[in-house]
Amino acid sequence: MDFKIISALLGIIMLAMSVIAIYHKKMIVAVIATGAVGLFASIMYLFLAAPDVAMTEAAIGSGLSTIIFFYVLNRIRSNDKEGRESDEIDEVIK
Amino acid sequence: MKKLFVFIILIALASMLYPLLDTFHGNDKLSELAQFYAQKDNVTKVNSQNLVTAVVVTYRGLDTLGEVTILFLAAAIIAFFLKTESEKRTLRKNSEIFKTAAKMLVPIITMVGIYIFINGHLTPGGGFQGGAVIASGVILMLLAFPNMEFSHKFFESLESVSGLVYVGLAALGAIIGLGFLDNAILPLGKFGELFSAGAIPVIYSFVGLKVGAELSNILNKFKSVQAEN
Repeated sequence: MDFKIISALLGIIMLAMSVIAIYHKKMIVAVIATGAVGLFASIMYLFLAAPDVAMTEAAIGSGLSTIIFFYVLNRIRSNDKEGRESDEIDEVIK
Repeated sequence: MKKLFVFIILIALASMLYPLLDTFHGNDKLSELAQFYAQKDNVTKVNSQNLVTAVVVTYRGLDTLGEVTILFLAAAIIAFFLKTESEKRTLRKNSEIFKTAAKMLVPIITMVGIYIFINGHLTPGGGFQGGAVIASGVILMLLAFPNMEFSHKFFESLESVSGLVYVGLAALGAIIGLGFLDNAILPLGKFGELFSAGAIPVIYSFVGLKVGAELSNILNKFKSVQAEN
């Protein structure tokens, strides 16, 4: 029973984080929310008796991919400042 | 009109997925395939305490080879498109606390990663997990000291040598053992000890080194493109 409550809570948090990741206007918050989804998913995997998958998800899903997103975001922004294609990128982001 | 179509698609998806929820019930015993892997004969044949690793490295070893190939392709494509230039810029200085913490944590993180892939046949985890943990230690180092230069040559040669040894050991199993990726080419040892399960720990250690080097290379490429701006 406890297990069910905890997994339901984890699922609700994951859903909320995914909604934030899609709809938040600030990209940084969206990227961090994506990382948080991975973190809670790894806890979920641990509860579902898959510790090896949980390790992979924690290291790659919430660690490395978040940092790669930040690198890419930084790169896009510095292109933005030069005025190249800034309108197009804004449209894509919106 | 558009909303109507979205609504129709949602209803269709719901009616497709509802039977999954309706007929779901948990398993009270292993499935047929899992029973085949977990039977006594097969466990003594591979002699690995962590049966998941035995399945991943020997029974389904070709899948693992495919995954490693996909990761190699991704790293190669990233290296092809993100060309590094030797232009440097002065980056913002990090705080002293962050630098010191990174210096203290990186050796510990690397050691945990190595532990995970060396003990892959005894405890949960293995090559991919250990490699990812090592790569997260490398990214901490890259974030704390952005001006530090990593040796591309070292990582690239480590990756190629690990890949070659992995495929070589697998082919050796086909030549002197029972088949491709057979683990009985090395002595099987005693169940539950570090030197057991034949070639599994050796193969998984090289997979771990390869994955760690590849992920570190990818991250380093992304970082060096930042510095170019």
